[in-house]
Amino acid sequence: MSSLRRRKPINESSDSKHKAEEEDEGHDDVDADGDDDVNGKNKKTPSKIKKKRGEKPPKQPKWSCMDTCCWFIGCICITWWLLLFLYNAMPASFPQYVTEAITGPLPDPPGVKLKKEGLEAKHPVVFVPGIVTGGLELWEGRECAEGLFRKRLWGGTFGEVYKRPLCWVEHMSLDNETGLDPCGIRVRPVSGLVAADYFAPGYFVWAVLIANLARIGYEDKTMYMAAYDWRLSFQNTEVRDQTLSRIKSNIELLVATNGGRKVVVIPHSMGVLYFLHFMKWVEAPAPMGGGGGPDWCSKHIKAVVNIGGPFLGVPKAIAGLFSAEAKDIAVARALAPGFLDNDIFQFQTLQHVMRMSRTWDSTMSMIPRGGNTIWGGLDWSPEEGNSCAKKREKKNETQIADQAGSENAVCKAKSANYGRIISFGKDVAEASSSDIERIDFRGAIKGHSAANTTCRDVWTEYHDMGFAGIKAVAEYKTYTADSLVDLLHFVAPKMMARGTAHFSYGVAGNLDDPKYKHYKYWSNPLETRLPNAPDMEIYSLYGVGLPTERAYVYKLSPHAECSIPFKIDTSADDEDTCLRDGVYSVDGDETVPVLSAGFMCAKGWRGKTRFNPSGIRTYIREYNHLPPANLLEGRGTLSGAHVDIMGNFALIEDVIRIAAGASGEELGGDQVYSKIFNWSENINLQLDEEIPVHSSS
Amino acid sequence: MASNFLRLRKPYYVESTIICSSSSDQKLVNLSFGIDETRNQTKKRQAKEHHGRRSCLDSCCWVTGYLCTTWWLLLFLYHCCLPFTVVHEVPELMPAARLKREGLTGIHPVVLVPGIVTGGLELWEGKPCADGLFRKRLWGGGGFTQLLKRPLCWLEHLSLHNETGLDPPGIRVRPVPGLFGADYSAPGYFVWDVLVKNLAKIGYEGKNLHMAAYDWRLSFQNTEVRDRALSRLKSKIELMYRANGNKKVVVVPHSMGVAYFLHFLKWVETPPPMGGGGGLGWCAEHIKAIVNIGPSFLGVPKAVSNILSAEGKDVAYFRAMAPGVLDSGTLGLRALEHVMRVSRTWDSVVSLMPKGGETIWGNMDWSPEDEHVCDFSKKRYFRLSPSDNNVNKSNAKQVFRVKDPVKYGRIISFGKAASVLHSSQLPTAVLKEILHMSASRNFTSSCGEAWTEYDEMSRESIQKIGAADKAYTATTLFDLLRFVAPKMMNRTEAHFSHGIADNLDDPKYNHYKFWSNPLEMKLPDAPNMEIYCSYGVGIPTERSYVYKLSPSNKCKRIPYQIDTSVDGEDRSCLKSGVYFADGDESVPVLSAGFMCAKGWKGRTRFNPSGINTYVREYQSKPLTSGIKSTAHVDIMGNIALIEDILRVAAGATGEEIGGNKIYSDILRMSERINLRL
Repeated sequence: MSSLRRRKPINESSDSKHKAEEEDEGHDDVDADGDDDVNGKNKKTPSKIKKKRGEKPPKQPKWSCMDTCCWFIGCICITWWLLLFLYNAMPASFPQYVTEAITGPLPDPPGVKLKKEGLEAKHPVVFVPGIVTGGLELWEGRECAEGLFRKRLWGGTFGEVYKRPLCWVEHMSLDNETGLDPCGIRVRPVSGLVAADYFAPGYFVWAVLIANLARIGYEDKTMYMAAYDWRLSFQNTEVRDQTLSRIKSNIELLVATNGGRKVVVIPHSMGVLYFLHFMKWVEAPAPMGGGGGPDWCSKHIKAVVNIGGPFLGVPKAIAGLFSAEAKDIAVARALAPGFLDNDIFQFQTLQHVMRMSRTWDSTMSMIPRGGNTIWGGLDWSPEEGNSCAKKREKKNETQIADQAGSENAVCKAKSANYGRIISFGKDVAEASSSDIERIDFRGAIKGHSAANTTCRDVWTEYHDMGFAGIKAVAEYKTYTADSLVDLLHFVAPKMMARGTAHFSYGVAGNLDDPKYKHYKYWSNPLETRLPNAPDMEIYSLYGVGLPTERAYVYKLSPHAECSIPFKIDTSADDEDTCLRDGVYSVDGDETVPVLSAGFMCAKGWRGKTRFNPSGIRTYIREYNHLPPANLLEGRGTLSGAHVDIMGNFALIEDVIRIAAGASGEELGGDQVYSKIFNWSENINLQLDEEIPVHSSS
Repeated sequence: MASNFLRLRKPYYVESTIICSSSSDQKLVNLSFGIDETRNQTKKRQAKEHHGRRSCLDSCCWVTGYLCTTWWLLLFLYHCCLPFTVVHEVPELMPAARLKREGLTGIHPVVLVPGIVTGGLELWEGKPCADGLFRKRLWGGGGFTQLLKRPLCWLEHLSLHNETGLDPPGIRVRPVPGLFGADYSAPGYFVWDVLVKNLAKIGYEGKNLHMAAYDWRLSFQNTEVRDRALSRLKSKIELMYRANGNKKVVVVPHSMGVAYFLHFLKWVETPPPMGGGGGLGWCAEHIKAIVNIGPSFLGVPKAVSNILSAEGKDVAYFRAMAPGVLDSGTLGLRALEHVMRVSRTWDSVVSLMPKGGETIWGNMDWSPEDEHVCDFSKKRYFRLSPSDNNVNKSNAKQVFRVKDPVKYGRIISFGKAASVLHSSQLPTAVLKEILHMSASRNFTSSCGEAWTEYDEMSRESIQKIGAADKAYTATTLFDLLRFVAPKMMNRTEAHFSHGIADNLDDPKYNHYKFWSNPLEMKLPDAPNMEIYCSYGVGIPTERSYVYKLSPSNKCKRIPYQIDTSVDGEDRSCLKSGVYFADGDESVPVLSAGFMCAKGWKGRTRFNPSGINTYVREYQSKPLTSGIKSTAHVDIMGNIALIEDILRVAAGATGEEIGGNKIYSDILRMSERINLRL
């Protein structure tokens, strides 16, 4: 895998060299021919040619423009074939050899290293992929999707996006009312390890981890990819595809066929929440749950190794739902930013993306949970006093080497109000809470705007709001985690009506309340208890050292008629408070803030708490982000970014050790670089069972 | 089982291209005009300019450029007009479309069990020479390109261990799981894909459609030992049964998958550790019907020729893929030896050997197909073989032929004489003597690395066995194979048995080696289950062989080969050293149909609970194209068969789809077999 990536640049460089040479030659010829051509056509100055060529007669045949073109193409083709041939004839170890010659000997991949230490496959491994990384394929479609049966719509090359964009969007969308298949369309997750090993060609997700596990003896019978349709709400994957039942059955099978050894589960990103849901589902009695009995988890699961888990949600999800601007959820946009902003959809790319992604219930599982208790109110936030200076030094050392001294002081005085996840205008984001005049939007009347008629072809729920509604939203000025949920209810009532039947975002008062038996609470760690499995271990592995979106400065879109009326104010910048292009960022892995990934393992579940009554041991393993040393390394073996961390050698080594039987203590316990423990201290969440809890301060 | 993989069978695609090209004819004409013109011009120019400044290289580039540009233009046009000329599938092509209109929906979950060689294999751990192939296909899909790139390495990785029949140390090759495992066996050559497409049309998807991929090189019990394949299949069936509202599953095995699934039926009800511990009612509870496609219940004669001389096209089908290449010696002139060495490490090949001995397959003078004198395929023979032109020349001999039916019972004969003479004229078998003598074999290890067991045999014994006038029947065949391939037979006789049970209550029949032989096992107690035998008929199928000693008897050769010079008279069943009988190109009717037609019909000792069996034959019509083909693998695209499967999956019983449908002589043949039931 990595060798492949490394191979590219070398080839390209040599390729370009060749091309350069060819082009030089080509140019010479083209020039000459061009001359001849003109001469030949006009037949004005035969003497010139004579001068040039000497003895040749003026009738001499010329190369037409077309001939030259063909000649040129021929040259390129031949060079290309030659290179292709060389590439194919090249021994497979050649690129590695070159890389080693340039950068010195490479470190062994962790699988090789650990095999030398004598590690062997022990516990079966279950992968749970996250949002957008799993492949989806077509099983039944409309006429425009002819010939795509069992071809990938999502993942792979994404060729269909370019070929028939509207058809693609139609097939990727779900039904707006039910959140299930639209009539006549069946798009299903790809199953097996191929479902999520590569997201797109060359863009690995699980492939590196799988390859390393295979080195110590893992294979198909001891590995299982719990692929699910990531667009659906978690319970609906069971309703439509029986995915949860299949995961249960497969885990039971893995345990039974591997001599009773419990499984190690490795969820990534949203898979973390999905697996939380699964653990509650499997122990719940039959109609709603899987009927595995109260000790199913302790019998079958050794450890849950969460990678980059958004336990408490991610602020990015808000931006995604609100204005379709989060890169992560609308990955299509990140893949080809320039392309989508142009107008394949007739100027309405974003609306299409928004309409499509708003039919996906799963995006609502990522809305920040725990309200103001966790994410902070108008005037405080757990990350308070976070100084950006350190991070920025790392990020662009060149820029502020001299300013660093003075800046620290400023930073202390002026700290970002991270609690205000959405603010309208930079001034609002910075003002103290008493200065902000807010007009409640909740009762505002939604008017019908004239725009409705002209923009009908791409319907988003914004068109139902009208100008009055839009204005009311902006008038409220700033939103914290609590009021955000209300905001979304206001701007997207249909979606939230669907979503609130499946997800909940609060903090539980009393966990014994029978209402918490409902499945909508199962994926919220603040409203469920962990299963009774004292021998189980829970890890939280995530990257740190990258700026991560935490709060946004919005503005009204200038021409609001046909487009989405709100927009991130990219002009808002403030060096001191980590404000950059309208986004306040904190420490994290580029997608998930440290707070969301680490809090439950650092505090919420640490020891015996009411969320963790059996005292399951938790461990935090952080990985500091280091960018790849050079181009040859591809996406790097030290990365801490949300997806790239799956290729981080240190993380892979930890995972392999756990799979081979090591406990958290043997691994070295916690490994923390960020201030997660300090920040967790700032959060005032009741953890004892007896005293009823009052949320929202 | 594939025979010729290079044939494309997509008639509608061809149609579409034709339409496409016709629509863009105009442009093409214009284009070609343009090209011609320019060509003429350049010719003129070149003629005039004898020592022009254009070098040869320039011209080359120029020509290539033209070709490339034209090619791209055509490609572009093709892609442009493709969407506009989408061939709307004629209902005839997609039976599911019609059935869906009739209101058919999938009810019972479906399990597909692929046969030998059609499943993909991928690499999980390999030697350094296979660098960079991790989780890439070695077999199936694009895997065969590796054969050309690094042939020896490829062969090494596909071999199994010669003693254990499991992985060699340091190499792990595993089956590709899921539907991708066997939907196409090579690009463009479908196996299950058409069926899957049709199933999807009536509502099937991942949750109620499962491909039971297994490593087809291993013996059946070893797939459980190494990969837990049987346990996984059991768990999958149970899950699909529960998750689809307690609907029993319909199992569709193909070719060797039939024997594999028989093995599974016994395995699942046997208590652990040898079995799956499902308990006695498991099959009755979980399985609605088994629709066997092209079943090789009683084995195929092809397997014998493959083991003896690596000449079965079928099992070693790479030979058929690139006959020229393999014979000319990319592997250092020893392609066949390599193929033989590799395929002899595959235990599963032995599972395809003829079962039931002389009782089923006939002895020296008698065979169940006696009365069938090849007139079944007169027309086709005329069509198929150009060598039949000399009809008139051999009129005299015909009289002789009719009197003397083909002795199919002699599966291997050395020399044509041995295949036609009456048994009293043949010398009695001297194999035992040879076996005695073989104790004093002299080992000749002078033959380099391509080791086959023939190298360990002495020259005399090779010649003795292969002396003219010897013939072997389905029973004595095993003595022969034990002699020429002792190690392989030692290994595999622990896993497979090819006899007929006298007393099925004998406790020895609890051993797993008997489970895949329908003549040595009882069907499970599941009176509501149904068993179908669906296969093609009307295609000449290899039934017995005429062998000869290899001409160049050096140590580097396989000492025997099919005597392709032996041809029967016109209209005889003998052609190029092979006697043909009715069948589907790989499996003779006898093997595919006998159990359903007689062995299990009604309540017999092999079928104590009286499971209903149905024979469904699909006749090959002249000029068959893809959708009506009945050849062993092509039948998976046969619309009549697909319709039957869809109906069964949608809940129909055997009676409802029309009961038996028989074109061949299977009933009369079965009558003639004297098997105690």
